Amino acid sequence: MEVPRHWRLQKQRYGLVGEICPHCDAKIFPARDVCPECGGEAKEPFRFSGRGEVYSYTVMNNAPAGFERNTPYTVALVKLAEGPTVTAQLTDLGSQPVKIGMPVEMVTRRIKEDGDERGMLIYGYKFRPVMGS
Amino acid sequence: MRKVAVIGIGSTKIDEQWEKSLRELAGDAVLAAMTEAGLDHLDGLYAGNMMSSTANQQQHLGTYIADWVGARGAEAMRLESACSSGSAAFRAGLMAVASGEIDIAAVVGVEKMTDSPGDEITASLATAADADWEVSQGISFVALNALIMQRYMHEYGWKHSDFANFSINAHQNAMNNPNARFHMPITAEKYEAAGMICEPINLLDASPIGDGAAAAILVPAEKLSGNTAFPLILVAGSGAASDHIAIHSRKDPLWLNAAEKSCKAAYNQAGIGPNEIDFFEYHDAFTIMAALSLEAAGFIERGQGPRLALDNEIGLKGRIPTATLGGLKARGHPVGATGMYQIVEAVQQLRSQAGASQVEGARYGMTQNIGGSGSNIITHILTNVN
Repeated sequence: MEVPRHWRLQKQRYGLVGEICPHCDAKIFPARDVCPECGGEAKEPFRFSGRGEVYSYTVMNNAPAGFERNTPYTVALVKLAEGPTVTAQLTDLGSQPVKIGMPVEMVTRRIKEDGDERGMLIYGYKFRPVMGS
Repeated sequence: MRKVAVIGIGSTKIDEQWEKSLRELAGDAVLAAMTEAGLDHLDGLYAGNMMSSTANQQQHLGTYIADWVGARGAEAMRLESACSSGSAAFRAGLMAVASGEIDIAAVVGVEKMTDSPGDEITASLATAADADWEVSQGISFVALNALIMQRYMHEYGWKHSDFANFSINAHQNAMNNPNARFHMPITAEKYEAAGMICEPINLLDASPIGDGAAAAILVPAEKLSGNTAFPLILVAGSGAASDHIAIHSRKDPLWLNAAEKSCKAAYNQAGIGPNEIDFFEYHDAFTIMAALSLEAAGFIERGQGPRLALDNEIGLKGRIPTATLGGLKARGHPVGATGMYQIVEAVQQLRSQAGASQVEGARYGMTQNIGGSGSNIITHILTNVN
């Protein structure tokens, strides 16, 4: 079940909060202790806009445990407007075919059901097509 | 550092080995290698394994296997770096012998995957990726590779069918390997018609899991009399490197930095370059990884890996024969054991024991074992040039 593990990351997952490096201004997501750009200490929170575009995608036809209810669903690498790339599901696609380069924006959704009806519901970010694009 | 020789090898068939436990598989491989080397004791035993803690509820594999093969008293440990665990163990054994610390090392890669249900194994495989930021999104290990392949095809303009010969070549070569999981040639038509797993990766892009173990005995070359039963096989180069564990953290997800870095280290130690390599046992867990490995190892320029497949330069008589005894695709991929299968097959080639898969006149063979989605890559060069 690992409740603390998910609780610990709620800010980052609900608000797309990463970091900005105080030394080289690199935007970092997800947060880490050492800036991947300059090697300096990275500790300053930074909230991402949630806008980005699809860098790559694929479709999950057989889901891992806890994700079965959503099949088939699309997972993607989303390149955020501020620079970093994030792994996430795409949602609200309707009949729209997914394309590399497609503009998307972050929304908060239910990600996973852990166990039965008494289990934990895990929320987090997904990305949907930008309206009108 | 002392020069190190491989004087014994052993391996089991990769299959659903219902009759055999994890330690019996490991024992079969180690004892066969010890018998071939004419040894009845070991100084150290290094076990490469990825998932025994979840798939077999057994950790402490170094001791577990040393005990089983009658090597009580020997130093023993398990090494884990996801799918490159086998090569990590080989490198640990190599360092122990090269340094002068010990004289006889047994290295075994072992994985027992079919005792647990398939969905549990799938979950265990996904632990090679970042649990908090990749797996938590509902992604599988196949899907991670699919993300790389999709972008690669988009970026460089390749079609799915351009990757067909990576799999056809592997299946063809596996026909000559009695230990291979598959003895089933495939065609381009079959490849294109295979069931989709995660677009664009279909069943014939992906390697099969299985149970298996492969082992080698390492000793200092200086202690050998020269009267050995087989041609002397030396480890000419060894390199290991890591990269961001998550694909999304890599500046360029289409380039295997860790492969490039570990290859360069191995080439430098061996004093050779890609032109001198006679065959390449690459980590074709998925066809896209075969392409990326060929590029990072310097056999073709960036973005052009599938060209070597299309022109069949990867065939036994091509410029750089690959997967000569089936590769991961058709020999099979018992994850933590795979690196040691690659080493064992390279030794077979260099001893001229590869049967109908023999690469004539081979002097240098290279193995490359990838952990995770390209995040831990270990490269070895073996030679029969003394």
